Amino acid sequence: MTLSADAAPSVAQCYVDNSWICGQYWSDYRPELTDATIEHLWITVVSVLVGLAIAVPLALIARRNPTIESIVVGSTTIIYTIPSLALFSLLLPFTGLSPTTVIIGLALYSLTILVRNVLAGLRAVPADVVESARGVGYSNTRLLTRVELPLALPVIMAGLRVATVSTVALATIGAIVSYGGLGNLLLQAVGNQFKAQIFAASVLCILLAVALDLVLVVAQRLLTPWTRHAR
Amino acid sequence: MLGDALAYLFDADNWSGPAGIGTFAIQQLLLTITALAAAMLLGLPLALWAGHRHRYGFLAINVSNVGRAVPVFAVLLVLSLGPVGSETFGPYGRAGLATLISLVLFALPPLITNAHVGITEVDRDIVEASRGMGMSEGKVFSSVELPLAMPVIMTGVRLALVQVWATATIAALVAGPGLGRIITRGFANQSTSVVVAGALLVAIGALVLEGLMVLAERYADPMRRARSARGNGPTTVRPDELLPDAVV
Repeated sequence: MTLSADAAPSVAQCYVDNSWICGQYWSDYRPELTDATIEHLWITVVSVLVGLAIAVPLALIARRNPTIESIVVGSTTIIYTIPSLALFSLLLPFTGLSPTTVIIGLALYSLTILVRNVLAGLRAVPADVVESARGVGYSNTRLLTRVELPLALPVIMAGLRVATVSTVALATIGAIVSYGGLGNLLLQAVGNQFKAQIFAASVLCILLAVALDLVLVVAQRLLTPWTRHAR
Repeated sequence: MLGDALAYLFDADNWSGPAGIGTFAIQQLLLTITALAAAMLLGLPLALWAGHRHRYGFLAINVSNVGRAVPVFAVLLVLSLGPVGSETFGPYGRAGLATLISLVLFALPPLITNAHVGITEVDRDIVEASRGMGMSEGKVFSSVELPLAMPVIMTGVRLALVQVWATATIAALVAGPGLGRIITRGFANQSTSVVVAGALLVAIGALVLEGLMVLAERYADPMRRARSARGNGPTTVRPDELLPDAVV
């Protein structure tokens, strides 16, 4: 980097114009974009996995008892109603400016979608299939892991796709507690009106959602080969 | 912490003035009502018509999938720095127009999807029977399909309302209007109690709106009386109930 005035044209024209699309930005800010995308990715994945890890046992308990089911479905719906900016802020006194704040919030949101889909998936398992499995001597655990969960998988995976895609979009709001992945770049750009950065972060965010959705579609195909012909 | 937040909320001084809670609350309510009304006017007629003709189902479902993947925050930023600008827009405040447009955009998917699904899922035998009785197409739609689809359509309206309220909160991230401004102000002043006070207001507002809509849904369901006459009573939770496309 030289200090001579003649070197001024080295600043790309799209920075000067503050254009939305700026190829120079993508190469100059590659480390920032990569870091933000990676942070976005792991926050999303961890949140959805935590949500799933809570949703499955919750659904298993809820399906045995209609009262518990309406409590579980009702209370998760109430959480879903609370705007993310408020939810992250309400968690702030407990978990501070940390990724935990964002992950708890996002996990709670994905939990709502997943509990419903796990319940719906398990309910859709044909009763005669369950009966025959019992008849040939399946224990409750084997029945669940070998028959019910595999048959519920397509509906569970559908829920997982919805939860993942919306978590990617929602994670941007995590920027309010400094852990929003690509959302951090967006919030930064509010102050300096850096259009190239807004465009890049938005595009990456949507691409990340589409990519994760595709991964889940492929995973579902591999996990449930028997559904391929049914369609 | 909660005590400090409540003290902030119960201090009348914090409610008055151009940057007080009162101003932001009115902005948020105005934005929510205007955007929901506009989205209903724009989306419902088209979706209901398409549902009646059993057309464009693919489009009606996928508008929700797209809405889910696009971050509200990004759309708000692009609109407010782009063609729409962030000038004060009447009573809607700074960046009011950009906020309104994104609110309408994010209210449309649940409205369209639910209205379309609601109409197309009306039992076709019933529709055929009413045609066979000599009902005109308009009559079939208004007296048969619409009443039967009403619960699903109203669910869409409720989801859209909650969505709009949440999106109006996010507008604060672009220094726009609405109650989210209390939250961002708390962050700027490093005052956790103000952050919590703002978050409480937004969350309670969302829950109150949701509760009011649940009541309205029950009231607007034309089959309500028929159902309770048969002694089924009001159903508490419908597990198959559609969820918002994304919380915001």
